[in-house]
Amino acid sequence: MERYIFYIVAVIMIVFAIAAVNSRKMMRSVIYLLFVLMGVAGIFFLIDYNFLAAIQLTVYAGGIIVLMIFSVLLVHHIELEMAIAKTSKRILTAIASLIGIGVFLSTIYSYNFNVVENTKTTTTAEIGEKLLNYGEGGFVLPFEVISVLLLAVMIGAIVIAKGNKLTDKNEETS
Amino acid sequence: MIAGISIYEILTLTTVLFFIGIYGFITRKNLISILISVELIMNASVINFVIINKYLYPDILQGVIFSIFIIAVAAAEAALAISIIINLYRQISSVEVKDTEIMKY
Repeated sequence: MERYIFYIVAVIMIVFAIAAVNSRKMMRSVIYLLFVLMGVAGIFFLIDYNFLAAIQLTVYAGGIIVLMIFSVLLVHHIELEMAIAKTSKRILTAIASLIGIGVFLSTIYSYNFNVVENTKTTTTAEIGEKLLNYGEGGFVLPFEVISVLLLAVMIGAIVIAKGNKLTDKNEETS
Repeated sequence: MIAGISIYEILTLTTVLFFIGIYGFITRKNLISILISVELIMNASVINFVIINKYLYPDILQGVIFSIFIIAVAAAEAALAISIIINLYRQISSVEVKDTEIMKY
């Protein structure tokens, strides 16, 4: 049963990923990306990492997609079709990507993974203890660094997107 | 782990996603579309971390924690990139790559 669910999710992800990089309407391509991200969350649910799937849904599907939709609506006419690369360039890139897929897959399939059979469930408490552990193998320092990074990014995004110098420039030109 | 699914099939899926992202990154002419392709690439790498953790080393949690960090960095990157794109659009009224030739105002 899980097997069929995985295949369905995989097909959905690949089809919508191809649609996301090929659609000429930007809004549609953002929505296709949303489906791919939800497929990723589905895979996390399938391998029993519920906390990670919840993070994926909230951060990506809830946060980044909304940001992207806002930016598309702010900068773009929704009906406008965007410019696309020349056909020769697209075919060349597709061939290069296929060669890359071939190289990667031949490497993966020639390596013998030492798979451990398990049905272990990871609870959120374990992840939290590991994140805040300052002993050996703990991750409290990267955790703090990430929080400082997120604060810096919040301030930076506000400062950059505000851009007050630009209004002077626009007034001068107009 | 997923019953009946080997690690090879999931790695195949992530490889295909990664190269679709690469394809989009090269062929698209638009800053927001390039950002979408970068998100595809990052998601492929996150799935790889989690899958390898689950299938090969189920007793430790390093892969899960690194994927949390990758998701946080990706969110930060998307927020900054979108603020830069919006600022750029107010300057030059375009988000096409070929028009983007100033780095300061």
